[in-house]
Amino acid sequence: MRGLVLILVVLAAASAFGLWRRRTDGQMRSVAPVSAPVPVGDDDPEVDVTTASLTEHGGERLTAAALGAELGKSATLVQFSTAFCQPCRATRRILDEVATMVPGTAHIEIDAEAHLDLVRRLDVRRTPTVFVLDSTGVIAKRAVGLPRKADVIAALGQVIAP
Amino acid sequence: MRGPRFVATVTTVVLAVILLTLETPVGAVLLAIQALVFAIGAFIGVKAQPYSIVFRTLVQPRLAPPSEFEDAAPPRFAFLVGFIFTAGAFISLVTGVTVLAYVLVAMALAAAFLNAAFGFCLGCEMYLIGRRVLSRPTGA
Repeated sequence: MRGLVLILVVLAAASAFGLWRRRTDGQMRSVAPVSAPVPVGDDDPEVDVTTASLTEHGGERLTAAALGAELGKSATLVQFSTAFCQPCRATRRILDEVATMVPGTAHIEIDAEAHLDLVRRLDVRRTPTVFVLDSTGVIAKRAVGLPRKADVIAALGQVIAP
Repeated sequence: MRGPRFVATVTTVVLAVILLTLETPVGAVLLAIQALVFAIGAFIGVKAQPYSIVFRTLVQPRLAPPSEFEDAAPPRFAFLVGFIFTAGAFISLVTGVTVLAYVLVAMALAAAFLNAAFGFCLGCEMYLIGRRVLSRPTGA
């Protein structure tokens, strides 16, 4: 009897989690730019720009040096992957296709395990996590999980459009 | 893609039966067998996993050729996580910590069901968090 109740509870909870996950997985979310007026004490010399952007988890600028690859002329798709990641392969295929289709776009795949500092800085919790960077390397969008191709194209459209 | 889902479905059913029979000798034996099945998949290889062999010999010949193959590393890692949970449950059961055995099997059931029904690999998703926790930078 105990087992049956447990089975029903587990299946109900897992179903709820699965449906929620299926709905939210891969959604492109805007990342608030740090350049937006942040109510920090005006002209406070103590405010460290680097730490400020760290706590925002976004609006941060990623350089070619940090990523280990050249940025795209107009936009860059940065994908964090691990070896034990089911949807990373499909994500890679989608991003490669989009990068080929949209001129000036680069796709950079990063092995999360080899870049744990970057993973912590950007608070990447699972793979794949995809960042869409503008032409200067500033993070504009973030998607956790397998993104839909149309969403990636739409995000690029927003980033590239003036 | 269909092979791993088949394996996850069989695993889900077996784990559910284990929960129903946990306090009987049948449950203990099934739990030991399932732990062994996970161990084979994790330590020998995904292709050697008994449920996977059943799929390839009985089910796959009746299906159209697969359109896409999956990486072997994620399911193998998931089998290792499954082995840790079921082996832990078995040890709990034989040492009389029955409640812990129920909890561990229930967690394994949740993971197997998520893989079977939604294609999510819960163990795989925990991997990066695990790596982050295990390698905290000193002084941070």
